[in-house]
Amino acid sequence: MSAQPLDVSRIKKDFPILQRTVRDGKRLVYLDSGATSQKPNAVLDAERHYYETSNAAAHRGAHQLAEESTLAYEAARAKVAAFVGAQPDEIIFTKNATESLNLIAYTFLNATTKAARGESLPDGAERFVLKPGDEIVVSEMEHHANLVPWQELCAKTGATLRWFGITEAGRLHAEEGISNLINERTKVVSLVHQSNILGTVNLLGLPFKRAREVGALCVVDACQSIPHMPVDVNNIYADQGADLVAWSGHKMLGPTGIGVLWGRREVLDSMPPFLSGGSMIETVTMQGTTFAKPPQRFEAGVPMMAQAVGLGAAVDYLNEIGMDRIAEHEHELTEYTLPRLSEIDGLTIVGPNTSADRGSTFSFVVDGIHPHDVGQVLDSHGVAVRVGHHCAWPTCQHFKIPATVRASMYLYNDFADVDALVDGVRDAQKFFGVS
Amino acid sequence: MQLEQMYQQVIMDHYKHPHGKGLRDPFDVEVHHVNPTCGDEITLRVKLGGSGEAVAVEDVSFEGQGCSISQASASVMFDQVEGTSLTEALRANEEFSALMQSAVQDQELDEELLGDAIAFSGVAQYPARIKCALLAWMAFKDAASQALAKEQTS
Ligand SMILES: Cc1ncc(COP(=O)(O)O)c(C=O)c1O
Repeated sequence: MSAQPLDVSRIKKDFPILQRTVRDGKRLVYLDSGATSQKPNAVLDAERHYYETSNAAAHRGAHQLAEESTLAYEAARAKVAAFVGAQPDEIIFTKNATESLNLIAYTFLNATTKAARGESLPDGAERFVLKPGDEIVVSEMEHHANLVPWQELCAKTGATLRWFGITEAGRLHAEEGISNLINERTKVVSLVHQSNILGTVNLLGLPFKRAREVGALCVVDACQSIPHMPVDVNNIYADQGADLVAWSGHKMLGPTGIGVLWGRREVLDSMPPFLSGGSMIETVTMQGTTFAKPPQRFEAGVPMMAQAVGLGAAVDYLNEIGMDRIAEHEHELTEYTLPRLSEIDGLTIVGPNTSADRGSTFSFVVDGIHPHDVGQVLDSHGVAVRVGHHCAWPTCQHFKIPATVRASMYLYNDFADVDALVDGVRDAQKFFGVS
Repeated sequence: MQLEQMYQQVIMDHYKHPHGKGLRDPFDVEVHHVNPTCGDEITLRVKLGGSGEAVAVEDVSFEGQGCSISQASASVMFDQVEGTSLTEALRANEEFSALMQSAVQDQELDEELLGDAIAFSGVAQYPARIKCALLAWMAFKDAASQALAKEQTS
């Protein structure tokens, strides 16, 4: 066993929930961070401190608390921005990645509807106006959050959804026919950075280079990458950035109820609003409304101050450890886990079985035992995994399987957790009489 | 150990050797139900016979994929409803739902109606698996009520 880049036993102590036991005294082996991560004390304390000292509606009110609350909220925005190499006014806080991606899809819908009625739109909004025959490109390994909003958008506008396939090895089928798939009709290319089901890290250079050539918008679902590796939104590939990047706070040690949308400034400037109401306006009369500049234009209502503060604390915590080291640690987990899982007769990894360009998320199926049953036996060992299609049903359909077992790891997992997983799977085989 | 409470021997037997599996003709109604959280699916056919008070379940046949709990539950359901009166079958269905919702005390359970389905009481302790256990029963209820409606309008 090589030395691990992180002192995991120390890190585990920062997470109160990892101290508890489950199912009659078993040590909790949490391997479901792909669904949501656990929270360190630093995040819990920051939220509590905010509520105890500065709680007030940000950007409203003339009193000291409102001032402090606004400062805390905006400080969190600045931290999140710096974390991904962005400017604060390019960061929009949403409820989660799902909302961030819907925001983009509704930008297209709203621009299209308003354009049809001759309503005014921000300069540059034409690229968001769709007509029948226009095309939207995703991949077969998208989370439903980066698939269904586009399907809905197509159904409302007459645009056509097209997609990259997946290779047998679980990689994006990106080489062949790319200039046909992404063409002059393509308006958006929206791709997952790291697949939540396969673990694949997609090399976005090829598709985005082509997307740029045809003037399509480049969107990244970074839900499973930003928590796990250093990501610079302006350097997603070969010194080039994306146009819009969506992710969730709760998968990167932050609280639930907060997500992020980063947008290149000129792109955000050209987007009409999604949700409307308080805080996102410039002037309002009974006859009509003009809208604030980004990011306020996209943050209607009293924002999630406490969650933003919590997310800021999560960013501090991750920075202190270092995203490089976290990525390196997860890579070591991957190098350890792949052979350990492959040792098990009858187990098939669904996704890349080599450690390059893949994260420490492992989907697998076991001959003769349904994933749900494998998960149940693992649970009885205290090992928490997810079973099912992981909101990536078409990916399962591609591999002709109804579901998988998924173990997804993070900075607080170690080799002993992997060993517990392997022992649990072997026990499931024994229990169901298939070993 | 808790696992055996859920995976009782009867359940494992039904899972490994399911009763009544495979789609059969003739049938009045075919339904397809899925459990969207885990992707379990069942296609189920119902053939009713007789009329009025005497409506009976002549055949119920099914095909599907899913975990041991959902598959075993379909097999147990087949045993309980095949060849009985529809009234009886629907009562068994209600009793099973009550069992899954832990809405009845053990001593109040109608063992006759439930048959092997009694073994699923352990499953009721695991909220995430209740849907698996109910899948076939819900499909039967749906198909039977459609078949009945069809009969009454024809
Ligand atoms: C790749 C990916 N995209 C999108 C989402 C949606 O995130 P959320 O449910 O937090 O909106 C998730 C997680 O569930 C994900 O893993």
